[in-house]
Amino acid sequence: MMDKADLQDSVPLCLRGQPFDRRVFLKAASLPCLAACAGAFAGAKHAVPLVAAPMPESDAQFIREAQFYEKQPYKKIKCKLCPRECVIDDRERGYCGVRENRGGTYYTLVHSRVVTAHIDPVEKKPFFHFLPGAMAFSIATAGCNVNCKMCQNWEISQVRPEQVRSTYAPPAKVAALAKQNRCATIAYTYSEPVIFYEYMVDVADAGHQEGVRSVVVTGGYIHEEPLKKLCPRVDAVKVDLKAYSEKFYKEIVNGELKHILNALVTLRKQGMWTEIVYLVVPTLNDSDQEFKSLARWVKSDLGPDVPLHFSRFHPEYLLKNLPPTPLETLERAKAIADAEGLHYAYIGNVPGHPAESTYCPKCRKVVVERVGYTVGAMHIKSGKCQYCRTPIPGVWT
Amino acid sequence: MSPRPGTNRRDFLCLAGAALLGAPGGSKAAPPPPAPAKSRVVISRDPQLWKPGAGMDSNRLQKLVDRAVQAFYGRDNASEAWHLVARPGEIVGLKVNCLAGKGISTSVPLVEAIAERLQQVGVRDIVIWDRLNSDLESARFRINEKGPGVRCFGNDTLGYEDELVTFGSAGSLLSRTLTQVCDAVINLPVLKDHGIAGVTMALKNLFGAIHNPNKYHLSVGDPYVADVNMLPPLRQKVRLHICDAATAQYEGGPSFMPQWTWPYNGLLVARDPVALDQTGWRIIERKRAEKGMKSLQEMKRQPTYIATAADANHRLGTNDPTRMEIVEV
Repeated sequence: MMDKADLQDSVPLCLRGQPFDRRVFLKAASLPCLAACAGAFAGAKHAVPLVAAPMPESDAQFIREAQFYEKQPYKKIKCKLCPRECVIDDRERGYCGVRENRGGTYYTLVHSRVVTAHIDPVEKKPFFHFLPGAMAFSIATAGCNVNCKMCQNWEISQVRPEQVRSTYAPPAKVAALAKQNRCATIAYTYSEPVIFYEYMVDVADAGHQEGVRSVVVTGGYIHEEPLKKLCPRVDAVKVDLKAYSEKFYKEIVNGELKHILNALVTLRKQGMWTEIVYLVVPTLNDSDQEFKSLARWVKSDLGPDVPLHFSRFHPEYLLKNLPPTPLETLERAKAIADAEGLHYAYIGNVPGHPAESTYCPKCRKVVVERVGYTVGAMHIKSGKCQYCRTPIPGVWT
Repeated sequence: MSPRPGTNRRDFLCLAGAALLGAPGGSKAAPPPPAPAKSRVVISRDPQLWKPGAGMDSNRLQKLVDRAVQAFYGRDNASEAWHLVARPGEIVGLKVNCLAGKGISTSVPLVEAIAERLQQVGVRDIVIWDRLNSDLESARFRINEKGPGVRCFGNDTLGYEDELVTFGSAGSLLSRTLTQVCDAVINLPVLKDHGIAGVTMALKNLFGAIHNPNKYHLSVGDPYVADVNMLPPLRQKVRLHICDAATAQYEGGPSFMPQWTWPYNGLLVARDPVALDQTGWRIIERKRAEKGMKSLQEMKRQPTYIATAADANHRLGTNDPTRMEIVEV
């Protein structure tokens, strides 16, 4: 949940210095932002065309047959991408709003259909054990396969692709732009990359051809088969684990916890570098018992080295009635995770807090110093603590 | 005036009201409150609505519409009845349902018949609308965004409001056609089965006014359908529901499945969308039973959202048969 698309903290490619508020930015600037990319495609590194590119006459360039679905009688299809398994009639869409049954064939409508793009520090995703200090060329399409009441990017995640301005950004151009802007990685983020799976995989492949890696910021609501097929194509995954209770998932997320836990286990078994964010929502998922159960599960099923970020909630979307998470709640959560034996529990969305930095679990010295999204001193050499030689898991180079 | 010891709030209010009105208290029982008006649902049918091999008989359809609306308002002629629907100068939206294309959508002849009557009572600005221009075109409506004449366009023409409106589990952006164009809306759903929500008629057709209907098909649409109908502009602007049941579908919806359609040759008219949907649901169940099919409950898609729409949190109408007046004409 740190990866908010309004980017007051990071630099939108095309709007540097423009006094846009969040709504104006999302509604009006997403396309110019990508138009800036288009300028960059033409060779100008920081082209700033503030005029929106015209929408295409048809949506044909955004449409590809979906990879994971079953055909059923009477032109129905069953989507097999995520555990929701929508059964969809002809001319209808699934829960995500970006996949459509057309005459019994299922299509993604968002291939290369980017609604926002920015260059962010990888810490904003957040990844704390993946190329600290690197920049991530971050993209999103419209749509999401859950509907979290606290979504901070709902203006792009909870809409259909035709309801938000977008532009055509084919994989090779995204990869080239990322390289041109010296981004070590491309990040699929802001909305939910599972729902633009085909595009994500194609961009990741194009990125690797350019020497640019790929990280996925996801809610983890995905079936095992597509997840396993994704793993060899990307380099790290951050999962938003929204709570450790089915009740929360049912009432607040419109999903099921068990599938997220399964996805996390799959990621670890596939050897994927994985980090977890837990957005602490006051009164809804902030009990000691829930923190304890979560920490015990992470330790037992994923291992103590998986970073767990306890992140501060801000009132958004359908949960504007709740206050921001008190700092003491976040510190309590971290203390419980530490006590349960997790090695890398962090506090997020609290710039300047000491728990933003990485500490060696053995000698307790700071090995990666952070203030906000800025990385200071690094004391990791060859993947080990510079002081005591304890291995620090992660992707450091 | 303080409540007496031993009286609860309800007793106090009753006593206080009686005192203020000067009503005699004591032993004489108060008369029962007047029974609430029943929700009227008119079912108007014509077995000769379809001309063999030649489609719908538009003259008979016009008469069917008039008969239904007159019966609903208890008027002797069509003009008087339609004057009660809309006033001259108002912009009236006709919310059709075109998802299933030309097979089973709100029919063009029905919309023409309604538009003609509205024009005759002085309504000059009429807008036929649904989700998408492409949906309208697939149901044989001609897009006419600016006029002259009856306008016709999908939500994609004007888009959606920027501000989220919420009720219960629903949080949506509303169609600008609804919020900025229409003074009043006549809801024109189709009588048909729905593979997820059980049935789709008056209540569910208004999903076409929001930007995110795909989010509200969980749990057979319950409570989402009821919650969406609570959004203020919908509650305020929808004047009448006229359900197109010339052809109805009892299985396989919302897509058009001709093998499961039948000529019901009728219309259902109501101001109470809950009563209309309850009535239409029963019609579909009867047809399913007649065809030897399982009930929607047995199929685990009983449209429970209809009862939810009638509950104390919604009060969108009644699903209680004793509080409904079914008028067949």
